[in-house]
Amino acid sequence: MLELVLFYIFAAIAVVSAILVITQRNVVHSAAFLGATLFAVAGIFLTLHAEFLAGVQVIVYVGGILVLFVFVIMLISVERAEHERQYNRQWTVALVTSGMLIAEIAYGLYRGKDSFVLPPAVVPPAVAATGNSELVATALYTSYLLPFEIASILLLVAIVGAVVLAKKRTAAEE
Amino acid sequence: MVTTFHYLLLSAALFTIGIIGVLTRRNIMIILMSIELMMNAVNINLIAFSDRLQQVTGQVFAVFVITVAAAEAAVGLGIVIAMFKNKETMNINEIDLMKW
Repeated sequence: MLELVLFYIFAAIAVVSAILVITQRNVVHSAAFLGATLFAVAGIFLTLHAEFLAGVQVIVYVGGILVLFVFVIMLISVERAEHERQYNRQWTVALVTSGMLIAEIAYGLYRGKDSFVLPPAVVPPAVAATGNSELVATALYTSYLLPFEIASILLLVAIVGAVVLAKKRTAAEE
Repeated sequence: MVTTFHYLLLSAALFTIGIIGVLTRRNIMIILMSIELMMNAVNINLIAFSDRLQQVTGQVFAVFVITVAAAEAAVGLGIVIAMFKNKETMNINEIDLMKW
């Protein structure tokens, strides 16, 4: 029962703030509502017994990515964008197709609803004793070591790319 | 009782909101934020199935999705800054240098 109440609270916060993210005129307000959505999703992770991921969500998304967003918003001027048209001309088509998409997914999920019923959580004693972080770490550093290394290369490439994109051109290059 | 169906529906709703944001808004910052929303929806899916199947693989891949999201945000915001330096705008309709 508590699980259901928590789920509905977090889901409502996530969906309402997500809608507010894409409808706000001021980008700073959008960023604030994005933070609310990210926190609510971290709560959803907690109800799914993924404590490590909830922590990572708060630290990396809210503490890293969102702060980066706010930082960039502060670097560029937001006043001009507020007075422009906010939506594309094709917004009706976009809304209709997105509505069809969600209707289709919801119908498909509803048809297969019975196969999604969770069995009563059978946690093996070994798993219950180890805890979530250890389980994730063990899988990450044994079975998924190669993807882990590739992810670190990807981050290196992203750092170099961001620096190259954002740096000032020197006189020699121009 | 909360079933995986609930989580999948929530994830689908968040993903669709992200798609609407990408398709309708003209401000590039909000488009990048919508992409983050979609990645969060994917993570909810992965972790819901990880919980349902009692396997940790879904959570490991959620970690990778978060890594890719961080890299994407860094590069995307770098592009925004470079764009703003050149054209002084955040409106994507004015960025048509590569349009034929």
